[in-house]
Amino acid sequence: MSNEVAEYPVIWLQAACCTGCSISVLNTVSPSIKNVLIDQLVPGKHVSMRVHPNVMAGSGEMVIELMETTAEVDKGKYILVVEGAVPTADNGIYGTLGERDGHPVPMKERIKELGTNALAVVSVGTCAAFGGIPSGNPNPTACKGVKEYFEEEGIATPVVNVPGCPPHPDWFVGVLAHVLVLGLPGAEDVDDVGRPLLFYGNLIHENCPRRAYFDEGKFAKKQGEPECLYYVGCKGPITYSDCPTRRWNNGKNWCIGVGAPCNGCTQPEFPDNVAPFYEKITEDNLPKIGDE
Amino acid sequence: MGRKVSIDPVTRIEGHLKIEADIESGVVQEAKSSGMLFRGLELILKGRDPRDAQVITQRICGVCPQPHAAASVFNLDSAFGIADKIPPNGRIVRNLIQGIHDVQDHILHFYHLAALDYVDIAQVASYQGNDPELNSIKEFIGRGELGPFLPRYEGDYRLPADVTHEVVTHYLKALEMRRKGHEAVSMLSGKIPHSRGVIPGGATELPPIDKIAALLWRINELRDFINTVYLPDVVAVAGAYSDYFSIGAGCKNYLSYGLYDLEDGVADVTKKKKLLDQGATSSDLVYRELNPDRIAEHVKHSWFDDATTGRHPSQGETKVSHKEGAYSWLKSPRYDGKVYEVGPLASILVSYARGNPTVTGLVNTYLQKLNAKPDVLFSVLGRHLARALATKITADYLADAVLQLTPGEPVNIDYEMPKEAYGMGLTEASRGALGHWIEIKDRKIANYQCIVPTTWNASPRDDEGRPGPIEQAIEGTKVRDADNPFELVRIVRSYDPCLACAVHIISPKTKNLSKFRIT
Repeated sequence: MSNEVAEYPVIWLQAACCTGCSISVLNTVSPSIKNVLIDQLVPGKHVSMRVHPNVMAGSGEMVIELMETTAEVDKGKYILVVEGAVPTADNGIYGTLGERDGHPVPMKERIKELGTNALAVVSVGTCAAFGGIPSGNPNPTACKGVKEYFEEEGIATPVVNVPGCPPHPDWFVGVLAHVLVLGLPGAEDVDDVGRPLLFYGNLIHENCPRRAYFDEGKFAKKQGEPECLYYVGCKGPITYSDCPTRRWNNGKNWCIGVGAPCNGCTQPEFPDNVAPFYEKITEDNLPKIGDE
Repeated sequence: MGRKVSIDPVTRIEGHLKIEADIESGVVQEAKSSGMLFRGLELILKGRDPRDAQVITQRICGVCPQPHAAASVFNLDSAFGIADKIPPNGRIVRNLIQGIHDVQDHILHFYHLAALDYVDIAQVASYQGNDPELNSIKEFIGRGELGPFLPRYEGDYRLPADVTHEVVTHYLKALEMRRKGHEAVSMLSGKIPHSRGVIPGGATELPPIDKIAALLWRINELRDFINTVYLPDVVAVAGAYSDYFSIGAGCKNYLSYGLYDLEDGVADVTKKKKLLDQGATSSDLVYRELNPDRIAEHVKHSWFDDATTGRHPSQGETKVSHKEGAYSWLKSPRYDGKVYEVGPLASILVSYARGNPTVTGLVNTYLQKLNAKPDVLFSVLGRHLARALATKITADYLADAVLQLTPGEPVNIDYEMPKEAYGMGLTEASRGALGHWIEIKDRKIANYQCIVPTTWNASPRDDEGRPGPIEQAIEGTKVRDADNPFELVRIVRSYDPCLACAVHIISPKTKNLSKFRIT
């Protein structure tokens, strides 16, 4: 059996990120991260994580060579995972990775090169999907999400957005499973901002266990109280994710479970238009409320 | 003949780091470390609701978000004038959240970030036993696609095959243990990375008794792993690589802000009783009290205006300058005018110098095992051992702390945000001293500054030309094979660098950056 295993090469590139998405993915329970990296994730198919900055053994030039060789030799066959936003200001000088001919190579150039030849790009986390925290006002380095950057650069490679700050490991592993078993998610599988409906199909507010308090007008006056957190800043009414039912860290808890308001971290509006995080949402900064 | 070795990127750390070393006759003459990514989070914090700092500063680093959450709420407590009013339950829940997070972070560092420099995972190909995990790795190796474990530096893996096989199973077990640590953090703090339970005034929730019991046994599971797996593995690696007790000493000055408050009602962070002590020491192991006024940031070799050099972080200003001789985006924080290392080794040595009974007893036990004096700790292996000892001390404390919670008593206090205020929050991240400073005007953030551990450790030369701690640790090191510079990456990784933290500080205001060699 082992000689018939199909290899799915993956290059995981970190751009303007905090590494939180990588750490979150390490928390995957079933399959475990060992199952994902070492075993056949589904029979006959193995994810070959050739480059992951936090996990890989190698350092330095050999890492750059491996990325460049994969883009050439495995053109159209590998998956590029991008963690972090794309810094585009000043020719991308605020984020660079390795050198070419003695000059630093901006991350945006790496993402362009690796993205053009990839089978697909998975934008893991809200930064890669929509810009996220580093694109917060005044966006000092002109950070963008990969999809927006590709549109500007005319790159047609399909992009799947897996936002969240960080994303739940199931969301990322679920997308991998989709690619391995069913192929790339199609237009019917994602919402209008490229998120798989499987995970981001409902508002948090729709499945919130505190919804009855909202309906009955019982509201928490401060964090930690058991009622609806709407008046202490909950962004659940405008945030799409399955957090209330999936819950985090092996189902142990979630933000609202500890009496903290949802801060809208899976949304394109994160952070500026879901902040202040501890103030009630207003129609001024969130014109979409009530549209759905 | 001289040779320049450039390692870019240094992997298995947090963030984007480049190390350059000039080697002559096999010895590093000069070393430089440079950060590679700037996001400008302090600029993004300006003008926001001060409470939002808890959310945004965690995004400085997804490996150590919890210490940033802690530093931000200590900072806000201090600005809001409530640092001495946090209820005991709030203090303890904060310690539990931060402590469990630190324990899993230290486990992650040793096994998943550092161990592949010492353990040859490819040796599992020779495994002949029945362990299903090892056999699945053997099958993986047999298939021939060895990413992410190859390529790598070759030629200095010393552990015998049977020990390697065991440590590889521990590498996998450690993945599970750190995940379970995260689960315990989540129980108290909603989710992790980027958690919610620590807030100005205390914590959001007091865990009910069923959760307390669950946490106790999760902590006990971590303690078993630390005592029976992690610490013995550190000793086993130390046995095979004992030369690393005399490699990578660095500056031999150690600074700690102290970790885990044990006392209520005290606002002064320099006086508060903590599990691991705040203060400073050096190779003489004489204890000196912490004085945060003595922190200053030099910029002579950083791309910042010389007029801003030597300032305290609360007065920090960041003006880019394209001057000659600069080579880093990091400033050079210095304490008392000298170069200081931060991290678990610093915490342990400061506590040892002060005579902290728990720390002194444990350190002496291990020094006896190694038949060595404390000065062996000033080394690569000293950092790994100190980190493991800090992990044990933390986990033992957590098992007591979880039973110190008082049901029915408050876990937070109400507060009123002042219109204008200054604050300071000091704690220890998993990788060393972490400070946040805030200035509030009109109930908004007017200025937010952080000095993070890796800014201390990976700092460039200061105004006096003294190299930073990592640079000092590398300079003078013998490199056996410049094509496979194990010595350099082992030194760098012993500091557990976190570049996303370190490089967020700068604030570029000029264009024409093309000549910068940030890589």
